[in-house]
Amino acid sequence: MTKGQKKGTLSILVIGMILGVVLWGGFNWTLELTNTEEFCISCHEMRDTPYEELQDTIHFTNRTGVRATCPDCHVPKEWVYKVIRKIKASNELYHHFVVKDVDTPEKFEAKRLELAQHVWKAMKDTDSRECRNCHDFDSMDFDRQEARAAERHQEAIDNNYTCIDCHKGIAHHLPEGYEPETPGGEGDGEED
Amino acid sequence: MFHSQLHELMEMKMKKRLAIAIAASGLILAMGTPAIAGEKVASLRGAHDLVATSLKPIKAKVISREGGFERSYKQQPPMIPHKIDKYRITIKNNGCMKCHDEKHYKKERAPLVSESHFIARDGTKLDHISSRRYFCTQCHAPQKNAQPLVKNEFEGLK
Repeated sequence: MTKGQKKGTLSILVIGMILGVVLWGGFNWTLELTNTEEFCISCHEMRDTPYEELQDTIHFTNRTGVRATCPDCHVPKEWVYKVIRKIKASNELYHHFVVKDVDTPEKFEAKRLELAQHVWKAMKDTDSRECRNCHDFDSMDFDRQEARAAERHQEAIDNNYTCIDCHKGIAHHLPEGYEPETPGGEGDGEED
Repeated sequence: MFHSQLHELMEMKMKKRLAIAIAASGLILAMGTPAIAGEKVASLRGAHDLVATSLKPIKAKVISREGGFERSYKQQPPMIPHKIDKYRITIKNNGCMKCHDEKHYKKERAPLVSESHFIARDGTKLDHISSRRYFCTQCHAPQKNAQPLVKNEFEGLK
């Protein structure tokens, strides 16, 4: 290697490193920017209905002042899953800009059951991963829960139920036409 | 000449009228004022100070009681022995029915909605809750340990 070649390699390495930091940092910075409540409710579809409804629930205001924002429940924390979800979100942009099938409250209402079912399925498939970022059976004190809640939670542990099996419609209104189904209790409940 | 005489006469008349008016109003004032001053406007609140009575209300939490509350009289709509703030009753959904309807009450160990709630106005039996019984909280209410505002000596019939 001549002196010139050495210099060239070194400069390429340095430029590459700087470029890498800037691009990678910029990518993650943008990713995080799209991972805020502010970003979610910059579209009226989210701001006028789901966000409005969230504000009545315990995930928005509560005794201890902890708040869950949109991405806390709807975007995975782990990087790989997060990026996959972000890619899937392009479908949401497609519906916002091109199809425009939820751009009025009436259209939103008409599609609500379908939209809700998508979210319920996603949560069931991941064993309510986003819920469990905060809620963990191991840190639940059943003595502090109401009797009926404690009983059902024990049952959920024993039978591997997942959070969304029971806790539907806790952050947004339930859609019209939703038929409540309790895990292990479908049908007329005759099993004892 | 004639003109100025007339003018003078009119001026005198005006002055006389003015004097009468002043005297009359003075008389009314003299008679009326003490009458108004003697009558004090009493507030319905009585002698209570407006600020002194506005005590901070005591906060009471909704009571959660297993087994429910005993009724005070026959046919009293049962009181709700748990919090209900998470359940919504809307035209689309009835949150109470997640546990209290026929399909779920056994599993949830919740009391079933009474049979009377499935009867329509014309007496026919329905397979779903009657619309006139749809709004549960119209009759059923959660309970707090609140002190009665007025002394009440009602005793339940049991």
